[in-house]
Amino acid sequence: MSMQASLSANARARFKRHLCHALLYAVLLVMAAVCFFPFLAMLIGSTQDNLTIATKFSLVPGDKFMDNYNRMMQNKNIWRGFANSIWLAVVNTALCLYFSALTGYAFSKFRFKGRGALFTFIMVVMMLPGQLGVIGFFREVSDMKLLNTYWPLIIPAISNCFAVFFFKQYLDSGLPNELIEAALIDGCGEIKIYHSIVLPCMGAALVTQGVMSFIGNWNSYLNPLLILNKTDLMTLPVLLASIKSGNGASDYGAQYVGILISVAPLLVIFTLANKVIMEKIAIGAAVKG
Amino acid sequence: MNIKRRQKWAYLFIIPFFASFLTFSIYPIFYSLYISFHDYNPLTLAMKPVGWSNYARLFASDYFWSSVLNTIEIWLISIIPQLIIALTLSLILNERWVKGKNALRSIYYFPNLITPITIGMLFTLLFGYPGGAINNLFTSLGIFNQAVDFKNTTWLAKTVGGIAICWQNFGYNIIFITAGLHSISTDVYEAAEVDGANAWQRTTKITMPLLRPIMLYIMITSIIGGLQIFDIPKMLFGGATDSYATRTMVLYMYESAFENWQFGYGAAAAYTIALIIGAFSLISILFNAFQGRGRKEAA
Repeated sequence: MSMQASLSANARARFKRHLCHALLYAVLLVMAAVCFFPFLAMLIGSTQDNLTIATKFSLVPGDKFMDNYNRMMQNKNIWRGFANSIWLAVVNTALCLYFSALTGYAFSKFRFKGRGALFTFIMVVMMLPGQLGVIGFFREVSDMKLLNTYWPLIIPAISNCFAVFFFKQYLDSGLPNELIEAALIDGCGEIKIYHSIVLPCMGAALVTQGVMSFIGNWNSYLNPLLILNKTDLMTLPVLLASIKSGNGASDYGAQYVGILISVAPLLVIFTLANKVIMEKIAIGAAVKG
Repeated sequence: MNIKRRQKWAYLFIIPFFASFLTFSIYPIFYSLYISFHDYNPLTLAMKPVGWSNYARLFASDYFWSSVLNTIEIWLISIIPQLIIALTLSLILNERWVKGKNALRSIYYFPNLITPITIGMLFTLLFGYPGGAINNLFTSLGIFNQAVDFKNTTWLAKTVGGIAICWQNFGYNIIFITAGLHSISTDVYEAAEVDGANAWQRTTKITMPLLRPIMLYIMITSIIGGLQIFDIPKMLFGGATDSYATRTMVLYMYESAFENWQFGYGAAAAYTIALIIGAFSLISILFNAFQGRGRKEAA
């Protein structure tokens, strides 16, 4: 009798635990659905005609994708913006990695006068709100007659404060001094040391920072908006934003197609590199936490 | 060994960085300050020193202060649910029995990677009137009696802005809170379990207090980032909401400088905004230090 009672108490406890787990799983899944819903609306919307989008909520994809696509292309040549964005993001990422790693290496492995002060200076500027210099930047670029060129968008990629900080931290613990000293004794030149010892040792950090830089550049909006006003030079976000203001808010289908095209590369990168991205943020969290 | 000789290589290595840094980061900051004390004629390109008059005009402008208020409102609407959702999900994901943790964290994080421009456009379409996806969904479910005009109802427009920012950021915060949770030693929990604390008590009495530093970090970065919101409000509803309900202070600065071509006035706004953001960060740091001390004394 007592055995039975304890059994049923056990069963009840287990039932309660399962119920609790099921409820918590439901919370997790509902939030995942909330994250996913706008993408779903975008995917389905891009295949429906404007009347359907505007009048009813339907999860059934339509067959108007090509119509929407063609209307969007008539409005703006989105692929030109796509190519511009890719080009800028690749060049900027390469420059950022090469020069930030070089700077991080200097701060990590050399003892030079002013090292501490300069590094603190970089960290302080990193904390300043980004819009503080926007107007000065625009006026400066305009004074230099560099509006509607890519130079003012490319050169700043060399000075990425966060990347320098990240690479310095990585090298402090990840690259033994003995390796560099041995190379020096063997008569290896400083530049060769950087290229053939330091950079290869930083593989993982370069990939991580590279993915983040690429995404950051792909999404960059304010500076390209200010610097570029020729349609041929515009990057994808600027072009997308201009479709909207030019066209009013009426052409839902075409806009969904445009959004889809801008999100697609991120989806691909995130599927391939999601582990790298999540780790990088976790590193940031560990540093700060 | 040959430290002197190596020093000059270090300077050589940091030259490209500092050349670009000084030209395109530092100089513009000081140039903005200089411009803020001048009246700039966009046609003749002439600069006329005007002392503090740009600042005086800014401080007297109702439009500016209403944009400051909008920013704070939208930030509050976004940060409160953001922290609650992120904390709840992190705590659930921290339980041993949950399967697919990494996949779920990735899904939650993905919105953070998308261009704010795209998010602004997407939410404009979703919350469109009368025929956006949200209106269609909610009327077909019977939650709304009739379509709601989000764009032209002041508080609803702000709420949509807040929801968009919350949606973009809560997954990012989950990663930080999770890192904080991982840093709590399991010994503490085992000791509590031995003492007979249940799951709820363990969460409220151990986890929450130990998460304070990471929550503070999230709050401060969220103040710095949240008070600078610009892209999403600019794109949301085409920037043209009822009585400019979603015009934030950075958007106000942008419009002053690049739509009305008043560079001096815009630069004064930029510096004022930076001071406001600095003041808010300082208040939250001091508030937390004060509270932390109070708690320690009570214990």
